[in-house]
Amino acid sequence: MSATISSKTLGSEFVRKVKEISGQNLHLCYQCGLCSGNCPMVSSMDLPPRQVIELARLGLEEEITSSRTVWTCASCLACTVNCPRGFDLSKVMEAIRLLTLRKNVDHLRPEDISPQERCALPQLAMVGGLRKFSG
Amino acid sequence: MSLAYYPGCTLKTKAKNLEDPAIASMEVLGSRLEEIPRWNCCGAVYSLADDDLIHQVAPVRNLIRVKEQGKNEVVTLCSFCLNTLKRANLLMKEDAEKRGTLNSFMDEEIDYGGEVEVVHLLEVLKDQVGWEALAQKVKLPLRGLRVAPYYGCTLLRPREVAIDDVEKPTILQELLEAVGATPVDFPEFAECCGSYQIVSSPDDIPKYAWHILNSALSHGAEALVLTCPLCDYNLGQGQKELMKKHDGFDGVPLFYFTQLLALALGLGPQVCHFELNYGEPELLLREKNLLPRVEAL
Repeated sequence: MSATISSKTLGSEFVRKVKEISGQNLHLCYQCGLCSGNCPMVSSMDLPPRQVIELARLGLEEEITSSRTVWTCASCLACTVNCPRGFDLSKVMEAIRLLTLRKNVDHLRPEDISPQERCALPQLAMVGGLRKFSG
Repeated sequence: MSLAYYPGCTLKTKAKNLEDPAIASMEVLGSRLEEIPRWNCCGAVYSLADDDLIHQVAPVRNLIRVKEQGKNEVVTLCSFCLNTLKRANLLMKEDAEKRGTLNSFMDEEIDYGGEVEVVHLLEVLKDQVGWEALAQKVKLPLRGLRVAPYYGCTLLRPREVAIDDVEKPTILQELLEAVGATPVDFPEFAECCGSYQIVSSPDDIPKYAWHILNSALSHGAEALVLTCPLCDYNLGQGQKELMKKHDGFDGVPLFYFTQLLALALGLGPQVCHFELNYGEPELLLREKNLLPRVEAL
């Protein structure tokens, strides 16, 4: 993967909004990778969680939003409780999801769920899933 | 003793086998779980965005309902409800600015400042009933039943709302011992089952489920015990497919902790609703001679 890092990306609106929505200092992370090592979903991700933090603070929005990683995160908080720097990656993942959802672009719409699934799924899965994946 | 109780949506529909045995067991133990009036869905997942206050309204309204009852504690059974209510409560207690905004927004409600304590039934059993007192009420010790305690995510994370030690929880093991079963530890006790990813990426779930189930079995468990209806679904609904894919895997029963509690207290299958469980638990219980003895009680 090649990407251009510039003062424009580093000072981008994307970086500002991720920090604002997540309330996290992206520079706390020292890239040890414990988040990726502890993530139970990592085998389904195309970008490991550690790289999401690095790309976010470099302002490489396209690289993150074209990846399925933030939509594969289950907010299980394994990264959060294991981070030696007290960084809450789950909040950064949420902020990046919201930057898409708030443009009225849903990752999942209720009509994408079949009637059979709607009957079978526990209510909290439906509520939780649609909360996370639709605007 | 009457305890304010928040059931949440799933317990009233898909997880009667979590709720019914809890209510009946607490009666036997001398407490009544009293459903709070006019409760609403807690929102299932806690909002992780700093600028999103609207999703705190639903959980906080439930806490206000508890305060209105003159109670200072509310009991939950569902892990997600516990997590969402407890985190929203912490926000109201600790963040004066957001507390002020939310109270102003809900101007038809009484002011709320985190006065209610949110607890899980497991904590009530440990701290208010006590394991020894519980053990004395056991009519049918679940001897010989080897059960792996599966905590999942939301009972233990984040740290500030965990009901037990995040790295080495023991509360489910203690319950199992009190009811005479044998706890079987396994490394994936708190690994995520895939959670709400079942809605958007259902094809990924069997991989996570197999990792957890296979580990529990390989450590000698005959069943898993859990607290969360979403864990139950994710670990249960794909078992038939996993049986086709993995030679020698015949499925594994999943129990809610309240079912094992009720069974041990002598309440029987009519309260436990084993017919709603995954992994054919009645076969295992019959094999262990735990069902016929219940029916004879």
